[in-house]
Amino acid sequence: MSRELFKFKGGVHPPEHKTESTSRPIHAAPLPKKLVIPLRQHIGNPAKPVVEIGERVLKGQMIAAADGYISTAIHASSSGTVVAIDLQPVPHISGLPDLCITIETDGRDEWVAHAPLDYQAMEPSQLRMQLRDLGLAGLGGAVFPSAVKLDPGASRDCPTLIINGGECEPWITCDDMLMRHHADEILQGVAIMRHLLGSTDILVGIEDNKPEALDSMRSAAAKLDFAVEVVAVPARYPGGGAKQMIETLTGKQVPSGKLSTDIGIQVFNVGTSYALARAIHHGEPLISRLVTVTGHVLRPQNFEVLIGTPMHTLITLAGDRDGTTGVLMGGPMMGVPMPDLDVPVVKATNCILVKSKELFPPLPKALPCIRCTRCADACPAELQPQELFRFAKAGDFGRAQEYHLFDCIECGCCSYVCPSHIPLVDFYRYAKSEIWAREKDKRAADLARERHEFRQFRQEREKKEKAEKLAAKAQTKRAELAAVPAAEGAAVSDADAKKALIAAALARAQAKKSDAAPKNVDQLTPVQLHQIEEIEARRTKIRELARKPLEPEEKNP
Amino acid sequence: MLAAIGVMALLAVAIGLVLGWSAIRFKVEGNPLAEKIDAILPQTQCGQCGFPGCRPYAEAIAKGEADINQCPPGGEEGVKKLAELLGVEPKPLDEAHGTPKPKSVAFIDEQTCIGCTLCIQACPVDAISGAAKQMHTIIAAECTGCELCLPPCPVDCISMVPIAEDLPHWKWKHPVVMMKRVA
Repeated sequence: MSRELFKFKGGVHPPEHKTESTSRPIHAAPLPKKLVIPLRQHIGNPAKPVVEIGERVLKGQMIAAADGYISTAIHASSSGTVVAIDLQPVPHISGLPDLCITIETDGRDEWVAHAPLDYQAMEPSQLRMQLRDLGLAGLGGAVFPSAVKLDPGASRDCPTLIINGGECEPWITCDDMLMRHHADEILQGVAIMRHLLGSTDILVGIEDNKPEALDSMRSAAAKLDFAVEVVAVPARYPGGGAKQMIETLTGKQVPSGKLSTDIGIQVFNVGTSYALARAIHHGEPLISRLVTVTGHVLRPQNFEVLIGTPMHTLITLAGDRDGTTGVLMGGPMMGVPMPDLDVPVVKATNCILVKSKELFPPLPKALPCIRCTRCADACPAELQPQELFRFAKAGDFGRAQEYHLFDCIECGCCSYVCPSHIPLVDFYRYAKSEIWAREKDKRAADLARERHEFRQFRQEREKKEKAEKLAAKAQTKRAELAAVPAAEGAAVSDADAKKALIAAALARAQAKKSDAAPKNVDQLTPVQLHQIEEIEARRTKIRELARKPLEPEEKNP
Repeated sequence: MLAAIGVMALLAVAIGLVLGWSAIRFKVEGNPLAEKIDAILPQTQCGQCGFPGCRPYAEAIAKGEADINQCPPGGEEGVKKLAELLGVEPKPLDEAHGTPKPKSVAFIDEQTCIGCTLCIQACPVDAISGAAKQMHTIIAAECTGCELCLPPCPVDCISMVPIAEDLPHWKWKHPVVMMKRVA
């Protein structure tokens, strides 16, 4: 190929371990008895359940709807009955449970009615809404809702579209296998992306350690009616990172704190493109994906797995072995350890890597940082990892941010080369999450301040309004009273007015009292009348008695 | 000699005018230091510092009338930040004003609530909704956990529930690194 390639800074060459899982064909994992489908599988708001417990659902039926713009729908991976909507273990390093919909499958795998979409005839915004409702999210790892990424925005255009088949992380081969076997469909997806983004320059970047995938994609690209350049890029970790792939192919760097779309480039993973083609040309939502099961298993291979399948069933399928020391979701560089193997496969699960002592010997104990800056040489984001480590460890997050902590892609190159074996990335993740938590606290504090200030303002206002109302009332009363004697031609003082007011109030009260006649005295028997008379007599007597002792006291003070 | 005095006097008048004008033109409303202190305070509005809210406490600190270690919800970290801002030595929290507690939100037992509105009147951030003789409830997202609604409740139906750690609130912990013994 004639295309000039560029070199991103840093990177490492860890052992690839790709052939273990590429020697066997893709197998469809059998239908599990129970599917546990988390509602938070993508970046953004978790989906909102739209089914009820006990409801029968069909394969591909939406069970949770997108909530907001940055969100995407979740679908039933097979037909069956919803048995629970509750907190279940999910593939997250914390081991904390999250809201999931559990479906007991009926084994019939019955599809919901679905039909291909005529994307060329559809309004782009409507098409994006459809994709959101079909649950599309980036399968490269970040799981960002694809519908959002497929919106070029009002003024921005996206001349360059990069399809990322880099798959630089060791052990993982799901993208490789997908490109080998489904190249045509991946490029059908590319056609849809091109339609939505209006891209003119379409590049597919594949690391040169995947010759079969390169051949397959090139022959598929040759059949297309638009130009797609399939480029072999040198294999170097993390060459499959979006920013690194952009730099390798175009020589452009995404500025710090900006998005690739700001420089007119959008990047999608090959898996996302495949899922997009399935969604448009078959009407199938994202309910399954390719997962590499490899490492310390008898038959490392790739499976076509329904979302929600428990991870341990896949490890059993691949043949579990004694001496397992842990399981990672993802590869050895960026993968996260799974606290529990009952957790389901989600949209982000590209690889299940079973560890053993032989394959992944435990890291030697860490030594203090000697500031050798090997990490800085390896860092593909051109950061100063040794400084970031110092600030993160000391809790000096402000300085860490000044040193562009948020440009760190957590690729793990720094930890990989560190001669002191310091888990550097863990420190960056800690610092990032602390900063986010602080920002959240700050927003909460600002809200509380605003509410408190408004409350004080409201109380003041209410006090003032009440005082004004009383003053106005007194004013009108005074004016009324002043009007009467003025007619009589006499001047009245304030004290007189007050007296008159009190007299008027007393007169009103008297009138009210005399007006109030008992309502149950109409038809009374003579006995009842007699009783009433007796009671009245007693009352007057008591009243007189009550008055008497007061009189001498009043006279003799 | 006279000329020199005249020049100096003229200069003094001119500079005085400029200063006087800029004092009016660039007048800063409020106390900027109090603003900065207020931005550090956690806005719980709990009054544990002895002032009716965060803003009065901030103003008292700015005037030098209050110490920087009287805010338990701000914790040691808050004290550190205040010390940094004011250029003084940080000191441990004053126990007399209470100790830091885990972040909590108030919870009203709706079976017991009699709808007296006393807690609504006590809430500094209007985070309780309800009306007279109607059941009250806490708007958890707005609650600062100040505990000011607890004492006025005549039936003791309000309790403080610590915020449980769930996925959206989960944080990466400070890594614990096993260090090798050298020497």
